[in-house]
Amino acid sequence: MSAPALAHVQTEYLALTRRRRIYGGLLLVVFVAMFISGFRIADSRNAGSFWQGLHQIGDFPADLIREAVEKAANLPGHMIRAFPALVETLNIALVATLLGCILGLLLSLAATRGLAYWPRLVPVARRVSDVFRAIPEIVIALVLIFVLGGGPVPAVIAIAIHTAGAMGKLFSEVNENVDLKPVEGLASVGANWSQRMWLGVIPQVAPNYMSYSLLRLEINIRASAILGFVGAGGIGYELRNAMTFGQGKFDQAAAIFLLLFATIVLVDQLSASLRHRLTHGAPA
Amino acid sequence: MSTLTAATEAHVLRLMRRKSRVALAVPALILAYLVYVFFAFDLGGLAQRARMDNARILLADMVSYKTHVTRDNRRGTLSVSIEGNNRATYSPDSIPDWILTDGEQTRILLGGGQVVTYDGPRVLFDIPDHGTARLDVGETIALDLPSADWPASINASDSRVTITTDEGRLTVTRARTETLRYFWGWELFFFDLNSPFSGMSAIQVIATVLAGERIQPDRSNLSLAISDFWNNGIWRHGEVLWAMFETVLMAFLGTFGAAFVALPLAFLAAQNFAPSRWLRFAVRRVLDFVRGVDALIFTIILSRAFGPGPLTGALAILLTDSGSFGKLFSEALENVDKRPIEGVQSTGANAVQRYRFGVIPQVMPVFLSQLLYFLESNTRSATIIGAIVGGGIGLLLTQAIQTTQDWEKVSYYILLIVVMVVAMDSLSGWLRRKLIRGE
Repeated sequence: MSAPALAHVQTEYLALTRRRRIYGGLLLVVFVAMFISGFRIADSRNAGSFWQGLHQIGDFPADLIREAVEKAANLPGHMIRAFPALVETLNIALVATLLGCILGLLLSLAATRGLAYWPRLVPVARRVSDVFRAIPEIVIALVLIFVLGGGPVPAVIAIAIHTAGAMGKLFSEVNENVDLKPVEGLASVGANWSQRMWLGVIPQVAPNYMSYSLLRLEINIRASAILGFVGAGGIGYELRNAMTFGQGKFDQAAAIFLLLFATIVLVDQLSASLRHRLTHGAPA
Repeated sequence: MSTLTAATEAHVLRLMRRKSRVALAVPALILAYLVYVFFAFDLGGLAQRARMDNARILLADMVSYKTHVTRDNRRGTLSVSIEGNNRATYSPDSIPDWILTDGEQTRILLGGGQVVTYDGPRVLFDIPDHGTARLDVGETIALDLPSADWPASINASDSRVTITTDEGRLTVTRARTETLRYFWGWELFFFDLNSPFSGMSAIQVIATVLAGERIQPDRSNLSLAISDFWNNGIWRHGEVLWAMFETVLMAFLGTFGAAFVALPLAFLAAQNFAPSRWLRFAVRRVLDFVRGVDALIFTIILSRAFGPGPLTGALAILLTDSGSFGKLFSEALENVDKRPIEGVQSTGANAVQRYRFGVIPQVMPVFLSQLLYFLESNTRSATIIGAIVGGGIGLLLTQAIQTTQDWEKVSYYILLIVVMVVAMDSLSGWLRRKLIRGE
């Protein structure tokens, strides 16, 4: 390459870099401006202001901890009393995950080209799982509480529907990478659709499915606790009651906080080690 | 050879037997668990607790509305309003044409030829071919039916009589007489009764806006129409839009704020960047703690300090996600390729330049895609957190549900939430493609 051409390439490259830097810088400035103005809007529409609240942020946890320490003897008793509610929360999450994953599996099979029983309905199945995924759990839960009364069932249905949508999408992404040869082999010996799926597809995708389902279980336990707080039973409901008792009863709230925290950490650890085994194989 | 085959065969058979046992045991376990849950959740009792009448009200209300025709029996005055809402009361000279009133007597034409007549304190309910029921409001309410098989569902006591047919409902108490007539659709969705546009058809509105005389001389019809729509007293479109903006704002501030907080922590928690093993251990435990505490607990603690509002929701999302981002980012950092960093170093770059040109380009796509994914999922979380902290569309939704009457608003908000989440989903997908793959 001749020297002038090289120089030309160099100036072009430097100009390009400069331009990209300016664009990047502008984007950053716009983003920072959006962030700051967004913060100011949120601050102005909040009941308490950020800078004022910042001083008080430790007050409530301090009260909580002080009372919990003062009445440490009560904590085990409170925990035992809240334990059935915790079991209910876990049951809600587990049943919802189970039902949601089964429904999500069916949705994902219906939404994958090459596997769907009705290939024409592939886009429909995709939209259905999009809509299921978009509806926050609280919406379905609150509406169903009105019809079915408070309790675990509205929460189960609400979480299961959202789970089905989320799993429908994740599972169908897994399905896209399925090797179709076993399916064709099964088809050649006259297997029907359910046999092809059960024997040809599921063995390939089961570890991935399991891993996603476990991750979902972690998410759903948190969701189930939150739904309890708005009236669907379980530990969230107990927590809400304990909170409304207010000062002097914070030991009860502290016990529930501890129980919830321990459960979430425990389930996260358990699921992480199970998922590790699924992806890396069982230790020899 | 043959012994080897026999041994292999035995081994294979043993394996297959074990697999088939597992294949049977797993569904059996799941089934047993579901049976346990059936009793634990008392599904048998659910059928009694379920309020199917509530379900019917809910479904009917989501797609229809009712107009109340109310006579105050003490003062003898008549008022006509939509959903019994004060702000949607017709003025006496613009009463709908299916209500015929001349002082003492009022005839209300329900569908299907059914007519309710208020004649002073006396009420007549006429169903064609089945005769007229008569109610007299005195010390008690006397009900006189034309025949025992008069086709309406009746709930009567001395102080209150309710007659329900497919076309409407009549409730009579000593204080007042009220007839409800049902109509399809969402009432006054665009303009409330205070607006000059109310009652016009879509074409009439467009014609008025484009070519009509100015309704208010000091401004154009278009600006009047927009302002009347925006300030609609029943549906409050302006407030709803603000609430949606608040929800998205919570998700935006929370997600990106969390990324700011998590970025330095991720460097401290990544094996190949941590300045000291003890610091790394401490940071990782802090991140674990923050992730374990959960959005619910943060939300409760923060609303005590900051009070209800969008900022509290944003901070709750920020705290919760800092833990997740810290973990995800540090994992991405642990997976970086060393060679580009060494390459940059070999040109004499200092530490900052090594990070800027060796590390950031490798991890940026991973960070961004995580961020955008969380932005979308946090829009949903912000709806839920908003319901607890009292901000955004989540608050409007819970309020509408708690009244157990505004189901048409509930379905409107649900529709808006789904549209909002889907829009954020496509936006984050679009940004991901644009920023990361550079399409």
